[in-house]
Amino acid sequence: MKFRALALAAAISAVGLTSATVSTSAYAQAKEQFFPVLVYRTGAYAANGNPWANGYVDYLKLVNAKGGVNGVKISFEECEFGYATDRGVECYERLKGKGATVFQPLSTGVTFALTDKAPVDKIPLVTAGYGRSESQDGSVFAWNFPLLGTYWVGADVAIQHLAKQAGGLDKLKGKKIALVYHDSPFGKEPIPLLQERAKLHGFDLQLLPVAHPGVEQKATWLQIRQSRPDNVLLWGWGVMNSTALKEAQATGYAREKMIGIWWAGAEPDVKDVGAGAKGYNALALQHSAEPNSKVVKDMLELVHAKGQGTGAKEEVGSVLYMRGLISAMVAVEGVRKAQERYGKGKVMTGEQTRWGLENLNLDQKTLDGMGFAGVMRPVQTSCLDHMGASWVRIQTWDGSKWVPGNDWYQADEKLLRGMVLNASRKYAEEKKLTPRTPEQCKQ
Amino acid sequence: MFYRENGQFKTTYAADQQIFTIAQDKWFVLGVIAFAFLVVPMLADEYMFRAILIPFLILSLAALGVNLLVGYCGQITLGAGAFMAVGAYAAYNFLIRIDGMPLIAALLLGGLVSAGMGILFGIPSLRVRGLYLAVATLAAQFFCDWAFLRIKWFTNDSASGSVSISELNVFGWIIDSPTEKYLFCLAFIVLFAIIGKNLTRATIGRQWMAIRDMDVAAEVIGIRPMYAKLSAFAVSSFFVGVAGALWGFVHLGSWEPAAFSVDRSFQLLFMVIIGGLGSILGSFFGAAFIVVLPIFLNQFLPALGSLFGIAISTAAVSHAELIIFGSLIVFFLIVEPHGLARLWAIAKEKLRLWPFPH
Repeated sequence: MKFRALALAAAISAVGLTSATVSTSAYAQAKEQFFPVLVYRTGAYAANGNPWANGYVDYLKLVNAKGGVNGVKISFEECEFGYATDRGVECYERLKGKGATVFQPLSTGVTFALTDKAPVDKIPLVTAGYGRSESQDGSVFAWNFPLLGTYWVGADVAIQHLAKQAGGLDKLKGKKIALVYHDSPFGKEPIPLLQERAKLHGFDLQLLPVAHPGVEQKATWLQIRQSRPDNVLLWGWGVMNSTALKEAQATGYAREKMIGIWWAGAEPDVKDVGAGAKGYNALALQHSAEPNSKVVKDMLELVHAKGQGTGAKEEVGSVLYMRGLISAMVAVEGVRKAQERYGKGKVMTGEQTRWGLENLNLDQKTLDGMGFAGVMRPVQTSCLDHMGASWVRIQTWDGSKWVPGNDWYQADEKLLRGMVLNASRKYAEEKKLTPRTPEQCKQ
Repeated sequence: MFYRENGQFKTTYAADQQIFTIAQDKWFVLGVIAFAFLVVPMLADEYMFRAILIPFLILSLAALGVNLLVGYCGQITLGAGAFMAVGAYAAYNFLIRIDGMPLIAALLLGGLVSAGMGILFGIPSLRVRGLYLAVATLAAQFFCDWAFLRIKWFTNDSASGSVSISELNVFGWIIDSPTEKYLFCLAFIVLFAIIGKNLTRATIGRQWMAIRDMDVAAEVIGIRPMYAKLSAFAVSSFFVGVAGALWGFVHLGSWEPAAFSVDRSFQLLFMVIIGGLGSILGSFFGAAFIVVLPIFLNQFLPALGSLFGIAISTAAVSHAELIIFGSLIVFFLIVEPHGLARLWAIAKEKLRLWPFPH
């Protein structure tokens, strides 16, 4: 009897509180620009998800500390989804009702799931450095913004870099390149471009998938030892990266011959391996670790010194922290741009922010003024190009820190454009969408 | 006082064989169904539909399927996620490869393909039992994970391995608002729950239960174990397959094999165990417990914290969610090993005696 009463009381209070919590989502903040923040601070990818989330949230705090976006303060709410697609979608549904400005899920799987929902809810989806590569074509993917670079850009630059080392694209003929990838939409994204490149230049592409979360790679590296590829491209995330480097060390594969995607080129990936990862290269999505940049100094002074910092002070300026910070920055700049058209000092809706993101124009002077000198190059988006920039550097781990290389690469525009258009047209056909005409773009 | 069958006489065999022999039960269930169809669409908001009600309904259907196999026939399975995947991918392929394929037919065909897979992977059950069978069905899980990741044909050569559905069209009715999706799922679930309930009351269900309780004795009285076990696998996989197709088509819209990973299989098995083995109603309780509780905790804990002026970090909430959820599972299993459905039955029993318990 006692138990039943207890259970009954629990059930009733649960129902009551659910209605209470659910109803809180009904009233949206009126005078604040609301940023939903999808994060994963727990689970298998927490080591990498944490610095990104801290950078993202810290930047929003920094904007507030500097007086907001033309006076409009930013509010935000985190939602933890542990890199699970279904929980990510639940977070999206929960936060979109609060007047969301943009969503940045930091998961290619969630991006795929939200791509169909974003146009219906009229909320832009910013995927800086990840997401669907074909969503660069804004005439079909009006609401997706893979700003700064897609995986096709990454794969293209990696091949260009290898060709440069070999002495020309024709020298790639007959070479063997292995792709060790996370077996998910994220890891599979670069494959079409690499296959295209393999066909063009006659190199042999070996595909080696690694199952989530990527701690089991013995068989993969045994295969690498057998086939001895000239280079290994690493498309990993989270614990998969450090495991791969350890396995490379164990099988004696030269780390100098490995190139990681920009998600496999941060401190958590190499820290545990330390000197064992020396010589390992990774793509840098423009920025590397930037502890000396002005924006980081501002951050330490205006946010962390006041005890407002989200994470540890030491983390500020690390690679993934900077990625999160830049992701937040481009979204905020989208809002600022939208305000130019729809009224300064007003709260922008998702639809208005979309226009801002599509007409984003951050030249070097603006970027330098915001403290991004040496961190970023100009970004300019348009209706046909939702990516805005495709600058990539190569950085190398010297055993204790990331050292950015001097060469700046850009994806081969001709090759990329053709592939993007093919894929986006196919998508439009499947979904029975009509791509926007240049006239519609202007609206 | 209110819940008592006094004075309800059964004068025909038909009346005696009804699903709900007590009038109050019948009216209550009809009331719940009417409430779900008529009142809920007016009350619930989009978040309720998309994040809670639709996943709850679809996973209830899957749990119902698993319950037929595990709860009624006693064959432990860890391959439910795989059968969901088979249903989803089969339905997807039927829909895109055959021109003019109606949506409902594609969903049901997906279920049929899943039933075929169920029979195939149910064959080991003729030889092995209990935990060994659970391990054998795990093979189905790994096989399907592999197949849908590696065999490009299943995903229509999609480069990323992710497939998506363009629009849900049932005889000209385009299902796109959350309310319509909810009603579509609800119709499926009600129909399948009735079918499931009737199956378990019929010959076939009695055979399953005989096999579950003691297979040697069942064989002695003339029940063919092969027929009974494989039919349980087929029917269960059909239910689970349809649920998988709904999960992919209606809830996710675009999905990858990770949506039907081994975690999903475990989740479904837990739903059945917590809800109540061998109970149709238990499947719904279990699904509600597993789907709704984590989401509720995730929102309730920060709200509770702010009530006392404490800001709980996102990571702490997530950890607390797992801790509380885990301890609640242990708590329920200790105080009521027969599941939430048993609690319900006890409540009904007490209600019959109320207000004069003896």
